[in-house]
Amino acid sequence: MSDPKSHRPSLESYRSEFPILHQTVNGAPLVYFDNAATTQKPRAVIDALVHYYEHDNANVHRGIHLLSNRATDAFEAARAKVAGYLNAAAPSEIVFTRGTTEAINLVANAWGNANLKPGDVILLTEMEHHSNLVPWQQAAQRTGAQLRFIPLTDSGTLDLSQLDRLLTPEVKLLSFTHISNFLGTINPASLLCARARAVGATSVVDAAQSAGHMQVDVQAIGCDFLAFSGHKMCAPTGIGVLYGRASILEQTPPWQGGGEMILSVRYESSTYKQAPSRFEAGTPNIAGAIGLGAAIDYIEAIGRDALQEHDQALALDAYARIGALPGYRVVGPTGDRGGLVSFVHESVHPHDLTSYCDQKGLALRGGHHCNQPLMRKLGFPSTSRASFYLYNTTAEVDRMIEILAEAHRFFS
Amino acid sequence: MNADFEELYQQVILDHSKRPRNFGTLEGPAVHVDGDNPSCGDEIHLHVRFGTEGQVEDLRFTGVGCAISQASASLMTLKLKGKSKQEARELLEAFTDVVTLGEHEAPKMLGDLRLLSGVRKFPQRVKCAMLAWRAFEQAMQEASTGPVSTEKSAPHCS
Ligand SMILES: Cc1ncc(COP(=O)(O)O)c(C=O)c1O
Repeated sequence: MSDPKSHRPSLESYRSEFPILHQTVNGAPLVYFDNAATTQKPRAVIDALVHYYEHDNANVHRGIHLLSNRATDAFEAARAKVAGYLNAAAPSEIVFTRGTTEAINLVANAWGNANLKPGDVILLTEMEHHSNLVPWQQAAQRTGAQLRFIPLTDSGTLDLSQLDRLLTPEVKLLSFTHISNFLGTINPASLLCARARAVGATSVVDAAQSAGHMQVDVQAIGCDFLAFSGHKMCAPTGIGVLYGRASILEQTPPWQGGGEMILSVRYESSTYKQAPSRFEAGTPNIAGAIGLGAAIDYIEAIGRDALQEHDQALALDAYARIGALPGYRVVGPTGDRGGLVSFVHESVHPHDLTSYCDQKGLALRGGHHCNQPLMRKLGFPSTSRASFYLYNTTAEVDRMIEILAEAHRFFS
Repeated sequence: MNADFEELYQQVILDHSKRPRNFGTLEGPAVHVDGDNPSCGDEIHLHVRFGTEGQVEDLRFTGVGCAISQASASLMTLKLKGKSKQEARELLEAFTDVVTLGEHEAPKMLGDLRLLSGVRKFPQRVKCAMLAWRAFEQAMQEASTGPVSTEKSAPHCS
């Protein structure tokens, strides 16, 4: 199917496969524009969870019985699928975590404690989500390393002219978000990782907002670690991924201890398995991993290029039209952007605005988007945000524009 | 438009949020409390001058926030000014009951503050209506016991 106006592929036929979207909220049809927080789940993913619990449920890597074999096979097949999705060199480079936050904490603790020392520098950017900031603040406190930040230009992109000054030999780690969940900026991931490599720094990419929205190829990006959350790309909550380059994962000591991650345990000491098992202590989220595998199949069937084109087209349309409404101002760079738009009204507080929209069935996010330092710097106590996914339509953007125009009149 | 929403955001509330009364600071000795609502960035800075008997001689506030938090603060200052310690405490309790419990009719003594009783239909917004009142509660405490460290006791309500 294609949209006659632009010849771009229409993804509208997929919409019917998301049961939750077909409901009214406060008496109006639901318009779900809070996809950067979490996306909805297609029937295929929900079915994969039900199938697993109805047919295959058992603990993995343990039982010498058929169900345990089936569960283990399905769990490891999901790992292989993730490896393929990210173009990792091998499934053993894929560690399952609870999500982006836990993946970054794993790196900050396991890798950070072993590699950071006083005088070292952790380089971040000014646009990081709290989950790619707070773990590094804690690592700095533990190890005596210092934090440094790549600043932003006025248009909301990274100020790359500062890299020469900031990327000194003391920098041991560079961690940055691929797409900003607040500004929508897409950062030049392969350039940043190459620059980090040139000074011998390890690189970490927070792909929470990109993994479900565009091609993410860890070899092309050249990163050492990359983290994302399943729930932001059609999969269940509670499952996420840490990709780690094999040569680095092998050198990294474990973080949490427990079952699954050990080779042999004595009362006084233990030996640990190879990666990735070494980093997966305890019973993992088996159903979640299987659900993530189903989500990957679903996204790959649509095609990530088509998906990115779709989300970006909605975001650019919304960016232009909200910016043209009386009273409103949009935030973040023009042009190339992720599938989201943050905005403010000159006199209506984002909480009031978001409540108003909710009354009309429109689900937006209002608040600080876990970006408090940046928002404080830019002088916004909070903003509203619309974020898009494959099942959203231009008609829904039309509806949002109407609602925002009404809100302007209601509150003025 | 949903009737509950219209009831909450009626003209009086919008008017108080746009033109808050008693907006500013107090000269001279006064208890000063900062409150915030970290999840949404709302802030209040409340100044209260208590008399020797604990009566509320004057109070003013500054801050930023949503219409509900600003209107609640503005209406609160109008209501509490000149009240005895006992009356102020009763108003605090009555308002808190109305917006947090909401089982009964808002008592008459709350006057225009009754307009905020609709907030109980929007559970995520109760903390907005309560922000100024929690700050006032803390100011009363400080007036009777001396200043408490705001680090620990600032009225966060995330
Ligand atoms: C850029 C970015 N990083 C990290 C996270 C944290 O993801 P999670 O809460 O799934 O761990 C988010 C989610 O909001 C995000 O947008």
